[in-house]
Amino acid sequence: MISAGIDVGAKNIKIVLVRDNRIIAKDKVLSGFEAKENTNSLFEKILTDNGLKKEDISSITSTGSGRKAVDFATVSVTDVTAASKGVTTKFPSAKTVIDVGAEEGRGIRCDDKGKVVDFSINEKCAAGSGAFVEAMSRALEIPIEEFGPMSLQSDKEIPMNAQCAVFAESEVVSLLHAKTDKKDIAKAICDAIAARISSMVRKVGFEKDIAVIGGVAYNVGFLRSIRSNLESEVLVPEFPEFVTAYGAALITE
Amino acid sequence: MAKEFWRWKEYNWKDDSINWQNGSIITAGVDVGSVSSQAVVLVDGELFAFSNMRTGSNSPMSAQNAMNWALENTGMTLQNIHYTVGTGYGRVNVPFANKTITEIACHARGANKMYGSSIRTLLDMGGQDCKAISCDEKGKVTNFLMNDKCAAGTGRGMEVFADLLSLPIEEIGDLSFQIEVEPEPVSSTCVIFAKSEATGLLRAGWPKNKVLAAYSSAMAHRVVSLLERIEIKEDFAITGGIAKNSGVVKRLEKELGIKALKTTYDTQIAGAFGAALFAKALVEKERK
Repeated sequence: MISAGIDVGAKNIKIVLVRDNRIIAKDKVLSGFEAKENTNSLFEKILTDNGLKKEDISSITSTGSGRKAVDFATVSVTDVTAASKGVTTKFPSAKTVIDVGAEEGRGIRCDDKGKVVDFSINEKCAAGSGAFVEAMSRALEIPIEEFGPMSLQSDKEIPMNAQCAVFAESEVVSLLHAKTDKKDIAKAICDAIAARISSMVRKVGFEKDIAVIGGVAYNVGFLRSIRSNLESEVLVPEFPEFVTAYGAALITE
Repeated sequence: MAKEFWRWKEYNWKDDSINWQNGSIITAGVDVGSVSSQAVVLVDGELFAFSNMRTGSNSPMSAQNAMNWALENTGMTLQNIHYTVGTGYGRVNVPFANKTITEIACHARGANKMYGSSIRTLLDMGGQDCKAISCDEKGKVTNFLMNDKCAAGTGRGMEVFADLLSLPIEEIGDLSFQIEVEPEPVSSTCVIFAKSEATGLLRAGWPKNKVLAAYSSAMAHRVVSLLERIEIKEDFAITGGIAKNSGVVKRLEKELGIKALKTTYDTQIAGAFGAALFAKALVEKERK
């Protein structure tokens, strides 16, 4: 029995195929402006690439902010439910999930069984989301992949005044004008996002173990800052951005 | 280099009909904002000269530049000015100021002169913040609310949109009315998300002016919620750079059901004007 989880996010569409709780295939594509068409073609692609037919998939679960774009799903769940399912299956000890996606940051607390107890979402503001890191990497003129590693080279603590991504862009430009080292600015930005996410997680009351998922979990600088802010180790899965799709695939009718 | 659509015109002005040498009290106000800086020179409380320019990365230098530019071709030097008040976000960085006063107080004082003493509610839409100010007939602040955390509803947000749409910032007010039907406002509050939303609308075939209209009305709506929290009383006026953007102002007036007062003064100099008026009062007090 193979089940599929489709996570239609603000930036990327992620599909995971699961058999016996194990990921057998995964793929992603940019959501773009035609999320529906892009979901359909990605689903066809993952089937073709793995020599499967639609009949081979017993259950299709959609999730994510754009989950309505998946009109062929058999089940639909919120991203909070899917994220906690995915995390607690992978890490049974996890009680808190930090999920930082392209346009949303989430803090989720779950019980021993992986059931959601409380959560908090920031979806109104780019501060504390992947969009913030992207805007900052543009302002610093460094590729997003190099952002985290570069910030690790710094131990300086430069406070960022701006919370708003638009204002933070101007602040970064001012710091560059003042000849501040790029690695120190990158560190300051990681600290800023981590502070924002941490305060959200504290609101729902966090309990160890803590897992971090979502695309921003690839940023090693952010991970260091969040560890230091929460004064705790964090668990990071191998493919953090696919965990929500994985969790969705585990939720069948 | 790519064309900078956000760039608004910097300029200076002087009143040639005033002979400053006959003046008894000469004062200046310098408003160093996060985006723009203004220097205003008053001769016996009347506007004599001013400059309006972009704040550079160095605040003390910006204050000095604004002052030098205001004094350009006036024959006046810094030594001729009896008292200078610094204001704005960068007010601690006006090296030649005798005193600093908050921009809230200065805006209310300046608006009282620019729009008349009947003004009771002032909306200052600045580069990186937005303030709703209640004031009395003397231009004294009785209450205020401000948003300085978020770019939505600020000039910087509008600059970002001018750049995104490749439309000159000084024309976007009028352009936003060159549409067939008024669209629904952009739904995202955050400027970063509004940008993605606007890109989607452009991709869906919306003309630029229509996207601009949707953003302008979202900005107006955002500001109205700030004004409602302070209890808006007439007369009402708007200062700051966005006061020059008819696309936001007219939509704001429509939503409030109130017309904003007009002025012949540049709406961006209210803070510096108020600072210079405070300076005049301080000189008068000293001389008594």
